[in-house]
Amino acid sequence: MHELSLCRSIHDIVDRARDGRRVRAVNLQVGQLRQVVPDTLTYCWGLVCAEGPLAGSELVVDHVPVVLDCRDCGERTTAAHVLVLTCASCGSGAVDLRSGEELLVTSLDVVKEH
Amino acid sequence: MGRFHRHDDGTEHDHGPGHDHGRGHDVGDLTAYETGTERVVVLERIFDENDRAAADNRAVLDGAGVTAVNLMSSPGAGKTTLLVRTLEHLREVGLRAGVVEGDIETSIDADRLTGLGAQVSLLNTGDGFGGECHLDAPMVARALAHLDLAALDVLLVENVGNLVCPAEFDVGAHRRVMVASITEGEDKPLKYPVMFRSVELVLVNKMDLLPHLDVDLDLFRRNVLSVNPDAELVEVSARTGDGLDRWHDWLDTVVRG
Repeated sequence: MHELSLCRSIHDIVDRARDGRRVRAVNLQVGQLRQVVPDTLTYCWGLVCAEGPLAGSELVVDHVPVVLDCRDCGERTTAAHVLVLTCASCGSGAVDLRSGEELLVTSLDVVKEH
Repeated sequence: MGRFHRHDDGTEHDHGPGHDHGRGHDVGDLTAYETGTERVVVLERIFDENDRAAADNRAVLDGAGVTAVNLMSSPGAGKTTLLVRTLEHLREVGLRAGVVEGDIETSIDADRLTGLGAQVSLLNTGDGFGGECHLDAPMVARALAHLDLAALDVLLVENVGNLVCPAEFDVGAHRRVMVASITEGEDKPLKYPVMFRSVELVLVNKMDLLPHLDVDLDLFRRNVLSVNPDAELVEVSARTGDGLDRWHDWLDTVVRG
């Protein structure tokens, strides 16, 4: 529901980072614990960029799984489901989150200047 | 040669023809990448700007000696009724209160809070681009500018009623609390784990309705603790006032620190 806000933030980050260059693609990392609907994000990106310098650029979302470190058995596992934040090896709930909360612009693909 | 691609684990490779990279990686027109595209590393968190504004808000509040609590819930959980009770309590114990009232369009909630001795700053989020479903830190910064912080001990931020977006935005408050009413069902913590994980205290409201409902409170409690093992739950009825002592004690302790 806040994809529009996110797209405005992404737009500002990209517009600063592109340094006048034309952007073909914006690469994002979105952790699975982030409440982002990819289709809505793409739709909002179109709205936010319409007719501006970023019009036609593409959002490429890399989904980052939830990875947990277990304090009991020491195993590092990937959560089977975002609602089950327990160790996939021993079932312990004493876990530290290692990934899954990312929300960042990792890079831009820009048109090369000749 | 196809499109260059780097994975999270640092490995890099090119996408050759027919390479199936799975969902979410629409590589588009490969020839364009081949001829004239270069990658610029950015690595900037999308919430950085909000989080910087939130840190600024916290610094302003700290400078004025004000403790701020971000109060979140779904629509209709009873935040405003609870706030009315809370403001009455704070006035009784001599703590000076302010409220930032987040509401998409109306001043109905803010009107309910007037005359209770608190400074109220209304934020209508509907003026924003698309009508925001949450408060963010820059919005709260604008509300803070309308309050006399030197004359306050505690600031209660009533967020927009919504269990999704407010959980994601740090507004610069010191503590995060949610109101969950027992009419909402036992499964809400499982459906909105990010919200339930983001708070330290869950006020379980509308306990006066318990005789009329089939709700399983033990299951609700287990569901909360399964997504947030550190959460504290306090059962209250904002309508009758039952159980509010524990919430008021919690708040007084937090404010007097």
